[in-house]
Amino acid sequence: MALKTRRYSARDVTVLVIGLGVAVIVNVGLIWGPTLASVALSATDWSGIGPIEWVGGQNYGDLAGEYPPFWSAVRNNILWLAFLGLVATPFGLFCAVLLDRRLRLSRIYQSALYMPVVLSLAVVGFIAQLVYSADYGVLNSVTGMSVDWLGDRSVNIWVVMVAAAWRHVGYVMIIYLAGLKAVDPALKEAAAIDGASEAQAFFRVVFPTLRPVNVIVLVITVIEALRAFDIVYAINKGRNGLELLSVLVTENIVGEASRIGFGSAIAVILLVISLGFIVTYLSQLFREER
Amino acid sequence: MDQRPPISRRNLLLGAAATFGVPAILAGCGGSDQPAPGSTSGNLGTVTIGSNASDEVPKKSLDTVVKAFRQAQVNINTVDHNTFQENINRYLRGTPEDVFTWFAGYRMQFFAEQGLATDISDVWREIGGDYTQAFKDASTGVDGKQYFVPFTYYPWAVFYRKSVWEEKGYEPPKTLDEFTALARKMKADGLIPIAFADKDGWPAMGTFDIINMRTNGYDFHISLMGGKESWTDPRVKQVFDTWRGLMEYHQPAALGRTWQEAGQSLAQKKTGMYLLGMFVAQQFPEADRDDLDFFTFPEINPSYGTDSIDAPIDGYMISAKARNVDGAKALIKHFGQASSQNVATGLDPGTLAASSKADTSGYSSLQKRGAELVSQAKHLAQFLDRDTRPDFASTVMIPSLQSFVDKPTEIDSLLVSIEKQKANIFR
Amino acid sequence: MTLTAPPEARPDRGRAEPVRRPLRPLRILLHVFLALVALGWLLPLALAVYASLRPYDETARLGYFSLPEQLTLDYYGRAWSQAELPHYYLNTLIIVLPALVLTLFLASFVAFAIARARVPGRKTLLIVFTAGNLLPPQVLITPLYSLYTLVPLPAWLSDSQSLYDSYLGLILIHLAFQFGFCVFVIANFMRTIPEEITEAALVDGASVWRRYYQLTLPLCRPVLAALATLQFTWMYNDFLWALVLMSSGDKLPVTSALNNLRGQFFTDYNLLAAGSVLVALPTLIVFQLLHKQFVAGLTLGSTKG
Repeated sequence: MALKTRRYSARDVTVLVIGLGVAVIVNVGLIWGPTLASVALSATDWSGIGPIEWVGGQNYGDLAGEYPPFWSAVRNNILWLAFLGLVATPFGLFCAVLLDRRLRLSRIYQSALYMPVVLSLAVVGFIAQLVYSADYGVLNSVTGMSVDWLGDRSVNIWVVMVAAAWRHVGYVMIIYLAGLKAVDPALKEAAAIDGASEAQAFFRVVFPTLRPVNVIVLVITVIEALRAFDIVYAINKGRNGLELLSVLVTENIVGEASRIGFGSAIAVILLVISLGFIVTYLSQLFREER
Repeated sequence: MDQRPPISRRNLLLGAAATFGVPAILAGCGGSDQPAPGSTSGNLGTVTIGSNASDEVPKKSLDTVVKAFRQAQVNINTVDHNTFQENINRYLRGTPEDVFTWFAGYRMQFFAEQGLATDISDVWREIGGDYTQAFKDASTGVDGKQYFVPFTYYPWAVFYRKSVWEEKGYEPPKTLDEFTALARKMKADGLIPIAFADKDGWPAMGTFDIINMRTNGYDFHISLMGGKESWTDPRVKQVFDTWRGLMEYHQPAALGRTWQEAGQSLAQKKTGMYLLGMFVAQQFPEADRDDLDFFTFPEINPSYGTDSIDAPIDGYMISAKARNVDGAKALIKHFGQASSQNVATGLDPGTLAASSKADTSGYSSLQKRGAELVSQAKHLAQFLDRDTRPDFASTVMIPSLQSFVDKPTEIDSLLVSIEKQKANIFR
Repeated sequence: MTLTAPPEARPDRGRAEPVRRPLRPLRILLHVFLALVALGWLLPLALAVYASLRPYDETARLGYFSLPEQLTLDYYGRAWSQAELPHYYLNTLIIVLPALVLTLFLASFVAFAIARARVPGRKTLLIVFTAGNLLPPQVLITPLYSLYTLVPLPAWLSDSQSLYDSYLGLILIHLAFQFGFCVFVIANFMRTIPEEITEAALVDGASVWRRYYQLTLPLCRPVLAALATLQFTWMYNDFLWALVLMSSGDKLPVTSALNNLRGQFFTDYNLLAAGSVLVALPTLIVFQLLHKQFVAGLTLGSTKG
């Protein structure tokens, strides 16, 4: 119930306007403005230097028809999403459930699982080389195999996804742990009294109350799958079976190549897919508000 | 509940000061340029260099050469090699230094054409006598003016270990047939004949270049690189067919191997020969470097013989936005002197000096042979990624060549795909 | 009372309920499983550290997974000086600390405006800010670069005299990019603060600023600490923004410093490993120190109430 004494002085309004104003300007200027500009650029043939020429949907046509890395990237992003969503995330949930009890050394287990998340790109890429290199990697040395893990198109995306999952599991685990801690213990009591086993208690009682957390984790998983960039880039700049949409954008725009119009078209496709999930997330968010 | 604010007003002000003050102070005093040690201020003010010489040895070379330049104060801004290249487009359009390191060939002409470099034909009038026509051509833009001063270069050839070859009784082949026969013999002897690595995408370009130049000649090769020929031309197909025939002798699983690892396999006597640039010497321990020798890729088409090789040239250019053009020109002339270049070749066993007046007495035996090879070549190509548009090289050729290495039998569809993509770029 | 006691503590009445004793082997199994997982998780990192302790010639001869002939801390010293780590750590600090402080400050104020001061249009604002945070960075690169080169700055703020190639430019993009997530989390938290406190102050005639700064902000300490940890990690590990928006070699942050250990033609991977460990150290330390706030803080963003 709002109190009727809510009146803002002129000074208050000024402060609010300045604060919000700065935030909005920075956000629009640095985020939304460039985003819209990218959309516009995707319909041009710009190379960064010289005049900007309008080509309409030609970049999109070229992408779909005549750019082999594009469909590889789409396939890989989908695989990445499936792997993270069906393997890494459930495993993260599983670990969170296991750790959500008074357990000695719980903190150590959590730290161990979370460690890959704080490492940076160069480190993860280097570690992937150490483990997976065909000639000098640890995996081949120890098992005696001579599979070309990183160079063979048919297997490299899988081993890299394992490396990505290595990071993803810790991240998801921490979020679920936080969510589980907030679950009312009385619920679990009631289920136990009714004779439910631990597994049943979890799936029938606890899991449904985690719905808001699930939505967040789902969106994070999707966004991470679409944003996936660093590991692949560090290993081989995202080529030869490790193409991803984000890397293609980077290669076309950031590198010397400078096919800006073309790269922006790929970026827009990435944007459209991301927006689809962002909208889902936010509508969930605002359903909760009510 | 703690009623006292965790951040007192004082701390808040300090924080704000730190937020804006610190970057300002540090930006102001440190600055982005390191003054080169020991340069004296001459009458030409300050000249700035944007350098990609981030490795220890090239960095030292540059420092030494700059120290000997007395006509102006020189400030060097070093960015690591890879980042420098990635950023070149943004760099030249943004706030480039007066002078910057770059490469000869189309890759240079591309930026000169966009008006991002300063014409230095006047400097060439002074130093032109020190260079062969091939070097001058590589430094010239499409408008006939010069934009580039060469510094060092290195040839590509097929390298091998003398001791291993003597032991097994191998001889450098002169024709493609001899080459194939040699490879077959090596295989029978338990060696992997040809070392090969294409994880980074560019090494395979060396193989393509040399087979194309041997089969179809230098002019066709340059024309193809310039987007003037069709990739579905039977002459191009011939190149890939020849390459496919040789693939069985190449090291397998090349796409997961870096060229450093392949170089090491040569050093460790696991492979018989390796087509690479002279920088392969760096993979050999110091003691073994004298064991390294090379031969030029054998003849395929007698009308062309072995008249062309890849010999990428590194050097310097002046940006269009240079603030001190006179100082920059004096500095770049200094780089063009044989004495400066000899400093670099003295420190780095994998490079050669571009100037014809360079003192070759201090060269190692490998360097001497390299200089000999280049002087005998009629045409010098700059390597695929420097002979063509950068966007074509990195977004089309790298994935296409990797796809060929993965599946050497699917040539027709590959060539059609390259041609279509090329049409989108070379509009 | 029996409803609140944990099931395991209840004595066995001979019914088919889980009892403590049979649980012990399960507990052991649990520990074994978790230990294996933890080991598996740490193993790759341990390998990298192990590689950093061995000389290159040795690993070139024997491979990385071999018993050591000698162990040396040499590489750490070399990485420290060759990659000029102190200089680059300083660069990172110059970028990350102001960005962190500014982000938290601005985000908490906006969160206050949305959650407490109930400004009109707050739902739209929240959507716009949160969505902005979820965009892939690659979508922004080119126009952002162009924008930065076009914005002139006085020389005392940026020695390149534009937003491009300036610390301020990087600070701003970090701020803009991480802002949405912080607003969302802090706003959620603020909604759980009882309204009575701020209402009382309102009756007393306190201004918006005072209500925010002296009353609400102090209560947000746990969530601010948690966000500080997360943001520090993310901003510290950034490499793409620095790559695109900076052109001076010695202004780059520490994540780019590792590239100096990569040669154009020769990379000593053991040296790179040592450098990587040194670069990763600050984030690991910060995480360990603030672990508790971290988990507590994340609770606040992911569940309601």
